[in-house]
Amino acid sequence: MNIPYTVEARPDSGLANGKLGIWLFLASEVMLFGALFSTYILLRVGADTWPHGELSVPLGAVNTIILIGSSVTMVMAWASLKMNNWGRHRMFLALTFLLALVFLVNKYFEYEEHLLAGEGPNHNTFLAIYYTLTGLHGLHIVGGMIVMGYFLGPGAGLWRRNPAQFTNRIEYTGLYWHFVDLVWIFLFPVLYLL
Amino acid sequence: MHPDSEDVQKSVRSYMIVFAMLMVFTLVTVGVARLSFAVPVAIAVALIIAAMKGAMVAGVFMHLSHEKRWVYGTLVLTVVFFAALLLLPVITSLDSLATGNPWVR
Repeated sequence: MNIPYTVEARPDSGLANGKLGIWLFLASEVMLFGALFSTYILLRVGADTWPHGELSVPLGAVNTIILIGSSVTMVMAWASLKMNNWGRHRMFLALTFLLALVFLVNKYFEYEEHLLAGEGPNHNTFLAIYYTLTGLHGLHIVGGMIVMGYFLGPGAGLWRRNPAQFTNRIEYTGLYWHFVDLVWIFLFPVLYLL
Repeated sequence: MHPDSEDVQKSVRSYMIVFAMLMVFTLVTVGVARLSFAVPVAIAVALIIAAMKGAMVAGVFMHLSHEKRWVYGTLVLTVVFFAALLLLPVITSLDSLATGNPWVR
């Protein structure tokens, strides 16, 4: 059985199934992170004092640059497929995966420094919301890496069988990845700078 | 090559320009945070810069600048519910139980 509209657009929406599907999923993700940002606002407004300088701004800035870089390599991975350049696609997708890994390694060292100093989520309200927001974001990074790993590995075979469908799947992966980057673009100033 | 590969080739230049601008805005964000603004001003400036960066990622990388109506419709609904999500807890803290003012309904 062939699932329709995986490549060609539906006549009513003008979109392939996966494109609308990923945008609907991202809409739900906006609500998920929105709830936590709302929590942050409420906690901060209700607090008598709020800690400053607990997080390393240089490390946060480096992680921001890494994630923005990974967004560029992700969109280039898709663009390379549109230009029928399989080799460049593989290079850019692998680079995106590596940048995501570096981000997580930095996060690990950041968490380790705080946890060894006894500054866990129960240390104060700021750290509680910090670990919740960045922990959930980190899990989303891992999820994206699993998908990228699949398309670098066994999923790559779809390029030979149906290149248009494979290109669309990379596009949807990219949309998810750009959203993860977008969340961090707001997380960094909110947690590290304000 | 795909039929629209030439369009994609032209887009590559805009991806690089947006990347450079995102780097600049990240440095500006860090630089501005070092200035001793009043808290409301600091929050406003940081969020405006973040919103500009987000708009570039959404508009160029996520191709939202030329998407179909169904995607825009989904996002408009999302914005409405997101605004409610942010405002509802704030509104609940303004009632008489929270403020202790019996004249506030």
